[in-house]
Amino acid sequence: MKLLLKLGSLIGLLLTMIPPILVFLGEIDLDTTKLLMTIGMIVWFSTAPFWINKETDVG
Amino acid sequence: MPSTLFKKVIPESNEYERTPVPAKSLKSSSSFLGMYAGEHTAGTEFVIGPLFVAHGVAAGDLILGLLIGNLLAVLSWGLITAPIATQKRLTLYYQLERIVGKRLVAGYNLVNALMFCFLAGSMIAVSATAVGIPFGLEMPTLTDWVPRTSGWVITVILMGSVITLVAIQGYSYVARFANLMAPWMILIFVGAGFIGLSQLGVNSWESLISISNEVIWTGIPLEGMSKFTIWHIIFFAWFCNMAMHIGMSDLTILRYARSWKYGFLSFAGMYIGHFFAWIASGILYAVFLQANASSSAFAPGEIAYQTVGIAGAVCVIVAGWTTANPTIYRAGLALQGIFPKTATWKITAIVGGITSLAACFPALVMKLLDFVALYGLLLMPMGAVIFADFYFAKRFGFQSEQALNNKSHFSVPAFLAWTLTLLICLGLNLVYGIDIFFLGLPGWFIAVFLFVSLSRIYYSSSKSSLA
Repeated sequence: MKLLLKLGSLIGLLLTMIPPILVFLGEIDLDTTKLLMTIGMIVWFSTAPFWINKETDVG
Repeated sequence: MPSTLFKKVIPESNEYERTPVPAKSLKSSSSFLGMYAGEHTAGTEFVIGPLFVAHGVAAGDLILGLLIGNLLAVLSWGLITAPIATQKRLTLYYQLERIVGKRLVAGYNLVNALMFCFLAGSMIAVSATAVGIPFGLEMPTLTDWVPRTSGWVITVILMGSVITLVAIQGYSYVARFANLMAPWMILIFVGAGFIGLSQLGVNSWESLISISNEVIWTGIPLEGMSKFTIWHIIFFAWFCNMAMHIGMSDLTILRYARSWKYGFLSFAGMYIGHFFAWIASGILYAVFLQANASSSAFAPGEIAYQTVGIAGAVCVIVAGWTTANPTIYRAGLALQGIFPKTATWKITAIVGGITSLAACFPALVMKLLDFVALYGLLLMPMGAVIFADFYFAKRFGFQSEQALNNKSHFSVPAFLAWTLTLLICLGLNLVYGIDIFFLGLPGWFIAVFLFVSLSRIYYSSSKSSLA
């Protein structure tokens, strides 16, 4: 379960990071970029809380 | 800027407040790396980058100035703060109390708390610029000092109330939320830079250079703004965290470091937050100015929303919030030191009230660069006192930790070093017109000189040994 959550978080971060690069390269338009980044944000915030602070607390 | 991952390094309980941190409680380098990267990629970054653009910095001056200034800041942490922190392993407040006495520490705490309130206030205002977007709130402009509309005041007070209520519930929840924010927010800044550049038509190295020089950092300030040179950038980048490094606030954090070399890990914060994030937010503002040539609004929320969409606006809201909350917490801690018998929630409520009131004034955002410089300058002399006490007491023949050794609550040399330094700096500003950004460096040497000279008079070690 934790692995799936981490995978979800990774997808969230990739959706935040890759669309801006693609719009810079002219591969996608700005509206699509904004939409993908919003989805990335939702995915990150709905998966990361379940594992990120647990690891921080241990560290 | 204030810590978002503060709790990761500093445990929630107030352990080792008056004793050195023991070896078993020391933290690894990765804790410090993460803390510095998170701490310096915060809400303030959404304001500082655009203000550089507004002040007409040239592109080459910005890049070179940031590289040099941030390097000097890293060296200050590594060579000045960390060696003392890892030898003494005491909090700033306790270390200061041993040198300057309880009463002077109370004065220091009061100034510190007020500065924290204003800083938190500016962050609430930053968040409000994003919260107001769906309501069509009229945004403040670069030259605004007082609130423009009642809508702004209502939004800010509401935000301030919510943030204060959360702060009263406890710091832990917000610290956990800040941990969650950090990696995503860093990527939002990087992404915003790429989107901004594409919006400005950058598609090659040549166009990057020309657009940087001709569109983003043109070297021409906006109307009503002063002109910034490379020296402004170097000194601002070096001294925007003056309170933390040469002001010694980070003794409290770095006392947990296994080695003094951990001070150099501040490079993560400097070169992610104070380099890439400032550049990215500057690019966002240039995009905003291109699209809204007639607008004089200066609203980080609107600027981020226009280029990055909903994710950008949410990032501004939460970045402002997660910066404001630990700052309110720290202000409360500083005040609690003065009024130890008052309940924590009451102190937090008072701090939140002052902060919310301050947030109504857009001047705190528009003059953030000057405020940050002032904040560091006001606290820096006490850092110089700690430095001089640590390195020069034996060499120049005065008692170290004079308040502790003389059972005094008030050190006259420290008080005079603090106030005279600030008066001299004020004089340099008023008489010679030296900008506030440049006063930290001479101020530090003046404070060290005054403290050493006065300590030789008041607490000469030869006198005490004869007695």
